[in-house]
Amino acid sequence: MSNPGSEERERMSVGNSLTSWERPTVFYNKQIKYLLYSAIGLFILWSAWELRPSPSRLIGGMEAFFSLLTTMFPPDFSPDARGRIWTGMLESIAMSIVATAIGVLISIPIAVMAAENLVPKPVYYVGRSIVSVSRALHELVLAIITVVAVGLGPLAGVIALIIATPGFFAKLLSEELEDIDGGQADGIRAVGGSSIQVLLYGVAPQVIPRLIGLTIYRWDINIRASTIVGIVGAGGIGVTLLNSFDRYEYDFSLAIILVIIAVVMFGEIMSAVARRRVQ
Amino acid sequence: MLKITDLKKVYSTGDEALSGVSMEVEGNEVVSIIGPSGAGKSTLIECVNQLTESTSGSVVLDGRDITSLSKKELRNARRDMGMIFQEFNLIERLTVMENVLSGRLGYMSNWDAFRRNFEPEDIQSAYEILDRVGVGGMENKRVDELSGGQRQRVGIARAVLQRPKILLVDEPTSALDPETSFAVMELLTEIAREEEIPVLINIHEVELALEYTDRIVGLTDGEIVFNGTPEELDETARDTIYRSGQSRAEKDAASDYKETSSKIENIDKEISF
Repeated sequence: MSNPGSEERERMSVGNSLTSWERPTVFYNKQIKYLLYSAIGLFILWSAWELRPSPSRLIGGMEAFFSLLTTMFPPDFSPDARGRIWTGMLESIAMSIVATAIGVLISIPIAVMAAENLVPKPVYYVGRSIVSVSRALHELVLAIITVVAVGLGPLAGVIALIIATPGFFAKLLSEELEDIDGGQADGIRAVGGSSIQVLLYGVAPQVIPRLIGLTIYRWDINIRASTIVGIVGAGGIGVTLLNSFDRYEYDFSLAIILVIIAVVMFGEIMSAVARRRVQ
Repeated sequence: MLKITDLKKVYSTGDEALSGVSMEVEGNEVVSIIGPSGAGKSTLIECVNQLTESTSGSVVLDGRDITSLSKKELRNARRDMGMIFQEFNLIERLTVMENVLSGRLGYMSNWDAFRRNFEPEDIQSAYEILDRVGVGGMENKRVDELSGGQRQRVGIARAVLQRPKILLVDEPTSALDPETSFAVMELLTEIAREEEIPVLINIHEVELALEYTDRIVGLTDGEIVFNGTPEELDETARDTIYRSGQSRAEKDAASDYKETSSKIENIDKEISF
């Protein structure tokens, strides 16, 4: 052994009285530990160098920001603006509801497939891959693709949100499924129940509270996402926001942003309350 | 009735839990399996309904070899074997009624199971069995509200509602206090006699085996070392099962010797430095 401590320890173990102790490290030894830490430090420095933020840009940006702020105030809440915000917001919320309902329905079988204890290995890998792909792509990236596929409008946004849902929902539900008490499933297996019956009786009752909680949570996320996918033309309040910027109606933009913040916060509060109730 | 021949089980870790077990359960007898922890008692029970897949050998119930069935045939075979578990294995979040009726799932379509569409006569017998096992009136309680003894009664009710040809029982009392253990064993063996169902029961409290079973099988290190009536289970037989043939005094003496000799070795080491 190269560890210099071992020899000493051996000598000291004679007579059964150890006097020194070091906390076991997760790394092989100290050298590797410090090597890894310095690698992380260098990586951060390299990232900053790649970006090279220039102070002049930062200062210029501040000026533009303040001039934007001054044109934004006061926010435009005229009756016409309210009407347009209302229509856009309603579309966003409708998108989030449809996307959550369909997204959760397709996520449930994917979650079962991605639970190592419930399915054979090949199926597990397929399930995990679907989750990973869905997770890798941001709602906005998906929306860019779906807008190209089905054209501008809320349909593109809904499809993007549906595709993004399993990445969150199926992943967390599959983790919950992997933690179930297998004995309850064995009980159903022992009476001669089919695989579906084992899922319905032995597994589902154990995860249903969590499933409801995750659905509400995902809905909350989808409300937030549905307000932003409009930026790339996929429907909802985001389209209204983008148009207002294009027409330099910054006071209207601010009104929209304020409403988005209010709706998202309201959704988050409702979601938190509802999830606490269920669990 | 049930005939186990040369049953072997080697786990994927390489541990041999059963090394060629042969035994029979005939008529309506209650047979208990006793033995020290790790002897393979639970593995043996679970190999009968193949919740644990056996490595080789055969398990024949009513002329059909359980070890060589297709998935569908195995499910049908399991309907004939009621199982009662050590940790009850009831569905905690479902009602007592749903748990008892789940004993009929093997006879129901998935769709009927999903809609909880149970046969009226099954519901009727479920009520009767709940009364019989002493938890009548609790059908709408969730299982997680019940005590251990009540849970095991529900477990018995579920197994009996299967109308099985044999009851497989895995350590039914080890999660229960001594008082409840006797009550549950009493109930279990009584019902088995009333319904004329043979029982294969795996138990570690020898007194319970002596009191409630017709025949005792002793399992040690995956092998059967005793097979006889409770009267035949004398001190020598117990030594064979629990202490590999040594009497308690001999075993104590042996471990004393081991301790002493290792102490001497330590002293030797210290002196040599």
